[in-house]
Amino acid sequence: MPQTLYDKLWDSHVVHVEEDGTALLYIDRHLVHEVTSPQAFEGLKLAGRKPWRIASVVATADHNTPTDHWEEGMAGVRDPFARLQIETLDRNIADFGAKVYFPFLDKRQGIVHVIGPEQGATLPGMTVVCGDSHTSTHGAFACLAHGIGTSEVEHVLATQCLVTRKMKNMRVSVEGPLARGVTPKDVILAIIGRIGTAGGTGHAIEFAGSTLRAMSLEGRMTVCNMAIEAGARAGIIGVDEATIDYLRGRPYAPKGRDWDAAVAYWRTLVSDPNARFDREVALDAREIRPHVTWGTSPEMVVPVDDVVPDPEREKDAMRREGMERALTYMGLKPRTRMTDIKLDKVFIGSCTNSRIEDLRAAAAVVKGRRVASSIRAAMVVPGSGLVKAQAEKEGLDRIFRAAGFQWREPGCSMCLGMNPDRLDAGERCASTSNRNFEGRQGVGGRTHLVSPPMAAAAAIAGHFVDIRTWR
Amino acid sequence: MEKFTVLNGLVAPLDRANVDTDQIIPKQYLASIKRTGFGEGCFAAWRRDPEFVLNQPRYQGAQILLARKNFGCGSSREHAPWALRDFGFRAVIAPSFGDIFFSNCYKNGFLPVVLSEADVDRLFYDAASFPGFRLVIDLESQTVSTADGSKKMPFEVDPFRKYCLLNGLDEIGLTLRHADKIRAFEDRRRAQFPWYF
Repeated sequence: MPQTLYDKLWDSHVVHVEEDGTALLYIDRHLVHEVTSPQAFEGLKLAGRKPWRIASVVATADHNTPTDHWEEGMAGVRDPFARLQIETLDRNIADFGAKVYFPFLDKRQGIVHVIGPEQGATLPGMTVVCGDSHTSTHGAFACLAHGIGTSEVEHVLATQCLVTRKMKNMRVSVEGPLARGVTPKDVILAIIGRIGTAGGTGHAIEFAGSTLRAMSLEGRMTVCNMAIEAGARAGIIGVDEATIDYLRGRPYAPKGRDWDAAVAYWRTLVSDPNARFDREVALDAREIRPHVTWGTSPEMVVPVDDVVPDPEREKDAMRREGMERALTYMGLKPRTRMTDIKLDKVFIGSCTNSRIEDLRAAAAVVKGRRVASSIRAAMVVPGSGLVKAQAEKEGLDRIFRAAGFQWREPGCSMCLGMNPDRLDAGERCASTSNRNFEGRQGVGGRTHLVSPPMAAAAAIAGHFVDIRTWR
Repeated sequence: MEKFTVLNGLVAPLDRANVDTDQIIPKQYLASIKRTGFGEGCFAAWRRDPEFVLNQPRYQGAQILLARKNFGCGSSREHAPWALRDFGFRAVIAPSFGDIFFSNCYKNGFLPVVLSEADVDRLFYDAASFPGFRLVIDLESQTVSTADGSKKMPFEVDPFRKYCLLNGLDEIGLTLRHADKIRAFEDRRRAQFPWYF
């Protein structure tokens, strides 16, 4: 029987199945960070358990690490609770070990979802878990990757398995070329706008079609990253030449004969022709315009040349109330043109959009211009130390600095504002991150999700602009 | 893990769809290395509004949260069920849940119950109309009933999860009963795909 890619990944990892379908799924790669792991390590210690296979662990500190004052070392971490979490991770890795650990201040430290692929520690055919919902990012490499809770982090450490059930198969196909200025971020925002934030609940979404094939692995990661914003724990994309080219020569990718054998296997990691999906959705890439969110959920999104929707035109009472509450929180009036919305801050970064390609695209917009005087802060936070080094080699940092952007150290930063980078109440931000939830970037902060070039252009203009008209 | 068998509790209705885990416990309350003490952060931003449902005297001491669709979407933070539990809840009823939140609940003696939109609608009406409105959640019989027994609604739960909750079992201990199988699987995989190890 023809199988989907998800079926293949699932079948190749099932250790045991209970009568009711609950399965033990073997985990190849366990990514660990400082916020969701301390309770798991503590649980192991209290129960006197040892990690099953510590060589599966790749760890880094990213969520609450500061993006400035690195020259001060640990003293630069002003928040004592953040410091405690960072030091607790240091201690846990010292006690238990890891395959790879990039601690705070290491040159290769960065957002866990950026460094996994960058190091070749994420490989096709793997199961990848992490106590972070954006683990779906790694699915761009044809691995089954999804977020787990802290109890599951402890469970995977102790048993190398996850207790779980098979999800359903969903395929989202996007066909055709993207217009100039339209990016993978706009593709995934358009998908979420179409199917909603619960559209993929209970499913693994495979992204397919010529538009996805034409994307770089960086772009594919952006798409898979936000599968969770469509409700799907896992997003996946089949292997092709681009996948293999990306991984060749990465530090933890196989070498020599292993590489050849691995590549031969990886080429089988695509859905079979005629594989059956429980649900199919199709989008025409030519119709996708640059997108901007207007509300407090990623599904509250419109094309940039559109207006803020009017709740009065919504027939469903529950949705209408949700829209009204979102507009109140966001301080927006219905039918306002999106390009008339003025901004206070701009954030370019996060596991969605902080890779070298994102920074290049933003820098191309910024080059030779100045951030608008009305913008209180515009910030670029590279996804990893290696992304930062590469960007500096290409002179991107100088372009950003000359324009008035702050050029920061890597980390999750203002995507979730656990470190000092956050919005103040009422501040409005164009952000390349993934969630526009109330208070996400700071208590009372107002987030609009956009692509890197859209964020860059908004910083220069002081308001949203349609990047397709940018000259 | 604390057992979950029968819960007879006061119901607090939270009438909003797509409640994300950033609302259940905002990020400024995540900076802890413990599993307890998150009650203060539970719905912290919304609780600053004196009119917010959980600030109303009639819902003080509620153990059952009644919610709308896609409850617990977003971040994987297990601090969300920890916060709800520390705040005093033992169960949440909604028409649908975010996947990761849903599975996190079961690890903490905290029961997420899926009822139909129509049943949930009616319960919202009842909770608003009758002060002191209580429900009885019986995990063994998989039913939600009004305290007087006049309405009874069945719900689904995976047998394995039910077994763990009813007995308060440590899942790691259960999985390690299969240690030999895991080891055998791992040996086969290592032989076939050495580059993953």
